[in-house]
Amino acid sequence: MKQYLEIAKILKNTHIVGPYWKLKLSVSELAHRASSGQFVMLKVDSDQGPLLRRPFSIHQVKGKTVELLYEVRGKATEILAKMKAGQRLSLLGPLGTGFSLCDLSYVPLLVAGGIGVAPLVFLAQNLRNRKGLAILGAQKKERILCEKEFKATGFRVKISTNDGSRGFYGRVTELLEELLAKDTLLRKKAFLYACGPRPMLKQTIMLSKKYNIPGQVSLETHMACGIGACCGCVVQTLTGYKRVCKEGPVFAIKELTEEGLAE
Amino acid sequence: MTPNLSVVIGTLKLKNPLLVSSGTFGYAQEFVDFLDLNILGGIVTKTITLFPRQGNRPPRTCETPAGLLNSIGLENPGIKVFIQEKLPYFQKLKVPLIVSIAAQDEISEFVELAEKLDKERLVAAIELNISCPNVRHCTKKSNVKLIAQDAKATALVVKAVKKVTTKPIITKLSPNVTDITEIALAAEEAGSDGVSLVNTITAMAVDVEKRRPKLAMVIGGLSGPAIRPIAVRMVWETYKKVRIPIIGMGGIMDADSALEFILAGASAISVGTANFINPNVCSEILRGICGYMIRHRITSLERLRGAIMC
Repeated sequence: MKQYLEIAKILKNTHIVGPYWKLKLSVSELAHRASSGQFVMLKVDSDQGPLLRRPFSIHQVKGKTVELLYEVRGKATEILAKMKAGQRLSLLGPLGTGFSLCDLSYVPLLVAGGIGVAPLVFLAQNLRNRKGLAILGAQKKERILCEKEFKATGFRVKISTNDGSRGFYGRVTELLEELLAKDTLLRKKAFLYACGPRPMLKQTIMLSKKYNIPGQVSLETHMACGIGACCGCVVQTLTGYKRVCKEGPVFAIKELTEEGLAE
Repeated sequence: MTPNLSVVIGTLKLKNPLLVSSGTFGYAQEFVDFLDLNILGGIVTKTITLFPRQGNRPPRTCETPAGLLNSIGLENPGIKVFIQEKLPYFQKLKVPLIVSIAAQDEISEFVELAEKLDKERLVAAIELNISCPNVRHCTKKSNVKLIAQDAKATALVVKAVKKVTTKPIITKLSPNVTDITEIALAAEEAGSDGVSLVNTITAMAVDVEKRRPKLAMVIGGLSGPAIRPIAVRMVWETYKKVRIPIIGMGGIMDADSALEFILAGASAISVGTANFINPNVCSEILRGICGYMIRHRITSLERLRGAIMC
């Protein structure tokens, strides 16, 4: 699959809530080649580093624009949040292996923890009108992301918050387990797609195995090159180390183990 | 005027001095979407060992100020798979291929690897990676931590490999030594056709919140602009002592930093970490070197080699 090195123009860089921002970029080739679950490597330029690019999963593509939903968590994203419309960024992508769409006999069950919604909105758009269910976990109600976007694709949405301010009181994986435990039909027909912090993914893998539900997860990790050259971003799978940037970031749950996701 | 950029290392002829460093360019295919591979002076592969290596536990990389710390651990599919699956790709290219090799346990593995590569027409030269900081080297029979930290061991490997192949040999040196020129001289005397320097500098970074090292293997090798002045110094010191060509590397990011190495005595230069940041950086560096030569009316690259005035 062809990959591009492009200079993208910032169309919009919007603060959503808390540490979350949305970046809308104008690109040329990259957008229509991208599929859900793939990512881009973005170079944030400044005099004081950072040196390497940073990976961001593709949130949405519309025509010749790409949207990235990001969380400010370090130097690169702090600089990124200060950038304005009209400025330019170097972009590498689309990279990696994305989601594969589940068979029509399945009900897509999306599980997102925090910023983990980012690639799942793109996926939900590919699974439009499949009567899927999206479970979104956030720390508190203000930080629930993309509820509207999921609903717009015909997904039902369930919410969990760690502080109980909205929806289920607890972790998103606890809500997932509750739903699976009581809904036999969902248990039989579900195909899981999950993205979020490692502990959440470990729990999702555990539940997937416990209830024998197939699925895929998208992993996040530090990367140096993003194109499979350095072998720096590997994850332990049942068949040895795999590069998150090349064989991933999306992996079949059956390939992964809970121990392999330890960081 | 088109400046003459050609370089000769033993019997290896390069159309220009620009190489890509082992471990930073995969097996070249990874870069084909971003860079016309045929513009390169040569391609040095990720290091190959006799048997497949799965590499070290993750996390394997972390960014440090102006640097990249890594402990990949020579992950590679082994010589057999390399020859069967990776080598045929180079048939299509018009770029000399330099295969980097390393031993896992015994020095004799270098010999076995070189024998196998000697039969391969597509292999233009062999680089001896005796300086990877992230694996154990030959610890069964000797107490040497790293071959490149011992002049005798370095000479032994070079001599042994020289006996079994007619292909040019480049010995990759470690900066983690008291005097790199001693090792370079040992390699030269043993018959090495060139030396490449420097490999990464051993280094470490700590996550203070977790109170844990940032790399799973604790210590890794540092590359990137942070190490460039050290590398330039080592190339200069080596240039004054040895006659064989030097391939200079360590944090080359652009034409100016490439020229620093050439002026300090390097015959060729090698781009590593910069490939990760901009996979097309080599074409920009090459254009920059040509531009510099035209601007300064220098017709041949040789005129720049070691040409600093001090």
